[in-house]
Amino acid sequence: MSLGLRRVLVSVGMIAVFAALIYLLTTYGSSFWQGIAINLGMFLILVVSLNLFNGFTGVFSLGHIGFMGLGAYIAAILTLSLSGKQAYLPHLPGWLAGVSLDQMIGPFALGFLLATLISATLVAVFAFLVGLVLMRLSGQYVAVATLGFLVIVRVTLFNADTFTRGSRTFSNIAAYTDLWWVYGWVIATVYVVWRLKFSAFGRSMFAQREDRWAAQSVGISMMPPRLLAFVVSAFFTAVAGSLYAHFITSMSPNVFYFDLTFRVITMLVLGGLGSVSGSILGTVIIVGLAEGLRRVEDVTLLYGMSNIIIAVILLLLIIFRRQGLLGQRELNLGWLFGKSQSSSNKEKVQP
Amino acid sequence: MNLVYYFIQQIVNAVSAGSLYAVMAVGLAMVFSILRLINFAYGDQMMVAAYLAAFSLGAGLPLPIAVLVMVIGSVVLGLILERVAYRPLRGAPDVALLLSSFAVGQILENTTLLATRFAGLPIQMSFAAPELLSGVLTFGPITVAKLNVVSLVAGVVILLLLTLFVTRTDLGLSMRASAEDMPAAQLVGINTNRVIATAFGISSALASVAGLLYAAQAGQINPFMGFTPVLKAFIAAVIGGFGSLPGAVLGGYVLGALEVLLTAIPGIGDILPPGMVPPAVQQFLQTYLPGSLSSWRDAFVFIILIVVLIFRPNGILGGRQREEMR
Repeated sequence: MSLGLRRVLVSVGMIAVFAALIYLLTTYGSSFWQGIAINLGMFLILVVSLNLFNGFTGVFSLGHIGFMGLGAYIAAILTLSLSGKQAYLPHLPGWLAGVSLDQMIGPFALGFLLATLISATLVAVFAFLVGLVLMRLSGQYVAVATLGFLVIVRVTLFNADTFTRGSRTFSNIAAYTDLWWVYGWVIATVYVVWRLKFSAFGRSMFAQREDRWAAQSVGISMMPPRLLAFVVSAFFTAVAGSLYAHFITSMSPNVFYFDLTFRVITMLVLGGLGSVSGSILGTVIIVGLAEGLRRVEDVTLLYGMSNIIIAVILLLLIIFRRQGLLGQRELNLGWLFGKSQSSSNKEKVQP
Repeated sequence: MNLVYYFIQQIVNAVSAGSLYAVMAVGLAMVFSILRLINFAYGDQMMVAAYLAAFSLGAGLPLPIAVLVMVIGSVVLGLILERVAYRPLRGAPDVALLLSSFAVGQILENTTLLATRFAGLPIQMSFAAPELLSGVLTFGPITVAKLNVVSLVAGVVILLLLTLFVTRTDLGLSMRASAEDMPAAQLVGINTNRVIATAFGISSALASVAGLLYAAQAGQINPFMGFTPVLKAFIAAVIGGFGSLPGAVLGGYVLGALEVLLTAIPGIGDILPPGMVPPAVQQFLQTYLPGSLSSWRDAFVFIILIVVLIFRPNGILGGRQREEMR
């Protein structure tokens, strides 16, 4: 069979297997394991999209969780029922108080999809504006500036209490998120980021990461790839936020702050800055570790221990293996697809 | 008449807040100038010092001994951290150092959390400020918190001592040389390991003093109290000119003034004596600068940071931006 047909069949087959797994988990799995799988999925989206920016362009952002918070709140406000809005957010401006995206088509939560898309798009536009300002910085300065952005978002979420209920918990969010939604978005995120990596834009980003001046000297401008990476990663981070809000069904601005940032960064560094499959690996390892350690904490009452262990892991990684598990390489699935893909590792020479 | 005293009060607040920030910023800048490390674990070093102070005072030690215990403990901790977490990263890209300081910070925070839990203490402990630091002094119609006076005096004394150290002693000179050009300093035979250890030691001592003052001000301590102060200290250092010690001092006072301005000005509409400004202006001030603006204070401070980073990354005292093509 031709290569193209084989690739299509293999891709479809993989998705079918994946869907079957999710079906099995949804129908027969306990809610405990489903919860862990959903948690894993959300982190996958966060880490892969952050890798798009931090890993590909080499510019380190510490503020992306701010986008997650914005995405979560905007989507939650949009899907809140009309009666919920009246009871919960009584001072919303008229045009917002009358909107509630809770339409369903059969079992498909159309409103949820719309709310997530709208929220993520708004956040992406906002990220574009923020990026115009912040992307001129480099190195440590952009890291701290984005950290400042995170704080600014948090303060704003606390203060805009007509929209967010401020420091009070925002609950009564409809529990739309399930395994299908989460992993649907996971596949979308991984696909987009993967395609970006192996595109001209992706190569520009990596070139910048290697040596910004050399890249500029051969005509690769700095801002467009950086901005694109920033905006796209913000989009998917906001999606993760919306998924989070509709999973936990209650939140406050405190969630979207430093602890979450630190955990995502650890997963990112473990997998390898610049490797999509590395991010997936790193996320799975750390989520598994964190869950396991949490059980140990509950038993031994040593709360905080899991954070210490994860921080030690990050420290050891930075000192001894800064490229993480895979560096910039990807797991080679070429054997599945017939020929090797046009990846940044080896290229098979045809006789 | 109230207006004058209001201003004087705010000036005193600004200067004492500035002193606290200046001390913290100098500690950060000292390490940054030599190592290019933004020590985000600095706030947690402050926190550990505050806990040490709390325990020493709680154990009945007199204040000077408690301060000594606190300072020595903090210096030892700083030296250990430098040896374990930062020395292996000499020459690594800047972001690696930043991340490692975050990791160290997390470790310190959660270890303290674990330790307090283990000892059966509440997470948020109240800090009984010693006699010297609590209460107020009155000068006629002006009341000043003793803490503010002590912060001010301590800040000035420390900065004077530091200046003497950095300009008059050999070790201080070596530090400045290493900050300016580390390879060249090594070439002329300066023992950079010792210089770096000294910088960390002094920085940790400064952190401990700042931690004590901060704890006395807040009246309570918890394992996560160090996060916001270190961010503020960093902003102060950047505003003044990151990497230069006088810049850090200047930035500290500027930040103190800015913060007080942001909290004081909003309230001004209410305390203006009637007749001083036309009623329309007073109305304007009361509507558009409500007292609640102070909750946005942190956000404003960070916006200022971003503005400074973009337009004048070398701060007030720094020269024009020089980017290294590495």
